[in-house]
Amino acid sequence: MRTVHRIDPDGVPSQREPGDIDRAHGNGLVATGLRHAYGQLTVLDLDTFTVAPGDRHAVIGPNGAGKSTLLNILAGTTRTQTGTITYNGQVVTRRGPAWRARAGIGRTFQHPRVYPNLTVLDCVRMGGWHHRHQPERTPLEALDLVGLLGYADYPAAALSHGHRRMLDLAVALAGQPRVLLLDEPAAGLTDTLTTRLLDILGRLPGWMAVVLVEHHMDVVAALADWTTVLHHGHRHTDGPTDTVRADPAVTALYLGTGGDDAAHR
Amino acid sequence: MDAYLIPAVDGVAYGLLLAIAAAGLTVAFGAGGVLNLAHGTLIAAGGYVAAATSSGTWPSLAAAVALAAGVGAAGGGVLAAATAALQGRGHLDQALLTFGVALVGADLLTAAYGSDTLRPRLPEVLEATVRIAGHRYPVDRLAVLGVAVAVVAAGYVVLHRTRAGRLIRATVDDRAMVAGIGVNPRLVDAAVLVAAGALAGLAGALTTPILGVGPHTADTALLLSLIIVVCGGLGSVPGALTAALAVGVVQTVGVTSFPALAPYLLIGAMAVVLLARRTSLPAGASA
Amino acid sequence: MSGPQHHISATVVRALARRAQPWSAFGLAAAVVGAVAVSPDPYLHATAARMLPLAVLTVSVAVVTGHAGLPTLGQVAPYAAGAYATARLALAGTDLALLHLLAAAGAGAVTAGALGALLVRYRATVFLMLSLAVAELTAITAAQWRTVSGGTDGLAGIPAPRLLPGLPPLTADRTVLLYTAAVAIAATAAAITLLDGDRRTLLAAVRANEARASASGHQVTAYLWTAHTGAGALAGIGGALLIHTHRWITPADVGFTTAALALLAVVIGGATSLPGAAAATVAVLAVRDVVGASLPGHAPLLLGALFVTAVYLLPGGLTALSARLASLPIHRRRPTLHTPEGPDQPVTRSTP
Repeated sequence: MRTVHRIDPDGVPSQREPGDIDRAHGNGLVATGLRHAYGQLTVLDLDTFTVAPGDRHAVIGPNGAGKSTLLNILAGTTRTQTGTITYNGQVVTRRGPAWRARAGIGRTFQHPRVYPNLTVLDCVRMGGWHHRHQPERTPLEALDLVGLLGYADYPAAALSHGHRRMLDLAVALAGQPRVLLLDEPAAGLTDTLTTRLLDILGRLPGWMAVVLVEHHMDVVAALADWTTVLHHGHRHTDGPTDTVRADPAVTALYLGTGGDDAAHR
Repeated sequence: MDAYLIPAVDGVAYGLLLAIAAAGLTVAFGAGGVLNLAHGTLIAAGGYVAAATSSGTWPSLAAAVALAAGVGAAGGGVLAAATAALQGRGHLDQALLTFGVALVGADLLTAAYGSDTLRPRLPEVLEATVRIAGHRYPVDRLAVLGVAVAVVAAGYVVLHRTRAGRLIRATVDDRAMVAGIGVNPRLVDAAVLVAAGALAGLAGALTTPILGVGPHTADTALLLSLIIVVCGGLGSVPGALTAALAVGVVQTVGVTSFPALAPYLLIGAMAVVLLARRTSLPAGASA
Repeated sequence: MSGPQHHISATVVRALARRAQPWSAFGLAAAVVGAVAVSPDPYLHATAARMLPLAVLTVSVAVVTGHAGLPTLGQVAPYAAGAYATARLALAGTDLALLHLLAAAGAGAVTAGALGALLVRYRATVFLMLSLAVAELTAITAAQWRTVSGGTDGLAGIPAPRLLPGLPPLTADRTVLLYTAAVAIAATAAAITLLDGDRRTLLAAVRANEARASASGHQVTAYLWTAHTGAGALAGIGGALLIHTHRWITPADVGFTTAALALLAVVIGGATSLPGAAAATVAVLAVRDVVGASLPGHAPLLLGALFVTAVYLLPGGLTALSARLASLPIHRRRPTLHTPEGPDQPVTRSTP
């Protein structure tokens, strides 16, 4: 396995503890030397990104920072152009999203549609399909967890935006992931649903690794113990969430781009 | 030597004609997502009109070419109007519609022109052969080759040096951006279909002296154009030109050398290209 | 909103209703076939029997187009494989109908499996485009592979099959009709059974959101390939019935018009409703034969006009139709649902 840790001239090195990185190499998800470009536009250029069991790793940054691209590359939805991804110490760079999902890498989507023509219950059943003989929770329990039990019988297309997001989460949890990748889970949620989301995510098992791409700083603060800030695809800074939140440079990053006030919400 | 050289030159000429025919199809697909399955019918219509108009005089020949392009453009206009009505329904319905139009068109063409293969009467100078570097070659094919080169060159200039051409290429790359600069991409789609129709008619007219035009012309032309569009990369004009030249040579040399295998050579080539090219998930399902 | 009991009972009722529809369709089909068979007119028997191979082909196109979500003109390839396999077996002296059907199903599955390995990685219009190339290739192959197909003249004088060794061959028009109808109904019933329950739901999920299905570990391409291959077996059976009802075959029988007609019938009959597709085939063929009698030689014109009309008239067209049919029983009760606790639109801006 090639592990050339190229020093990214535009980004800063990760501040992660060697112990955390070692745990990620053993039982977690490690991406090395990721570079992704659309034509001339580099959307992601990241020397390393690690998530170990039990990590609550938030990724924040202004629009266009490459957060979703990173998540898609980790999930296998987007194939990385360069770089290596390992999971449980095994190289999975060339594995597709379905293989990675069965191996335990689950995800939610930024624009959740799930399966509009299926019932809410069927959506969750399809999410837990590969564990149907040893379910951690039954589909009905998963729906109860996200507060959609009363809608089990409705077509998914009839759900409101917030409820679709909760359904997407239930579908992902039904897959019994060991690494859970969340793409802006709180975007567009009402306060009630946000509270519910924080409650659900706060009670996820301790062995689960969570990567959280999010704009809402209060959600990040409540859940994440480590935060990476991306800017133009590079690591702007990373560190414990409290340290990153207190960093004036991070606030300036959001203000400086002018287009996003989400950091202050 | 003649056995391979002459078909090779024929192949290049045929390839250029196919490029003219396929360019419009690939741009319409790349820009607006319209898969025009009536494209072959427009080519056949151009061929029939040209064959019926050209009566052996130079003015009639000029009129034949102009009429063929005009008929093609008109057909493209009809398709543009018909598919525009289905804009909200998705590309599949548009493709099915053009498929229905193709069936109707093929039947009407056969009803109007009969089921025999027609060839245009050309001015006598064009019906002769000349000796070039020791090889005999029909003048009409040289003329077609010349015109095809001129059309391809003109097409290149239009696509790369004019505002309209840049707009079309921009629509292929990024529809949203074109809308952003205040141009309705649907207008571009319609214009592309009309222009593609004109090119298809022209290609049909230019092909008739060599191959004639008959009931199978539409199907064959559509199949070859689709192979070119797929092999050239959907929406890419340079890719289509390269693929068209390859298809032209393979088809011509193949037909003379091993006639039974010619169709499989092309389909086989397409299969290889498809297998070699990595596909991505369809857009729209997620972020 | 009512309590969970209501939901459960409603689910059961709807599931029963959904399940009941195809089987009542079979009752209807059997009744129609019976009525035709009772009539004394052998011409009617032959005409009806000759519609059924195409109906089976259409059912297979509906499986690929409606359930797998891949609009196809290419199912004529396994149809042709089944037909020529049957014809060759019969001409070689093997006249057992069951053997013909098995061989045709096998040939169809192998053909569709090989083609599917290449095709199922593509979607929507690109798939349609490639399937068109397959249809053309089928016609070319049928015309050129003279040792198998007899060239453009086709194969004639194919011996009639026997149901069991020792029984007389199936030649009487009424017997052929009853045999063909039995096979067609059984094949369609088998397809419906295989596409019921979780398999139906899996394909519906894959059609609706491939990215979500992949992210839940579903091997989308493998599912689609399986459906495509299974539909190939069905098309092969249709091909065998073509030989059993016509006893001759020319490349035109497996040509482009056949492919177009099958897709048209699926568009009209409802992409995910297999009995609907079969019924639409019979309707289209009837219209073609009745109107075609006054306009001899203009079958493509009629077919094309029907196509254009169908695309314009069917609300939402084929793509919406499949979604509409899949969710019809639920949608009818609750057209829209606006939940109290939230706006329908996301309020934050999102990263691309």
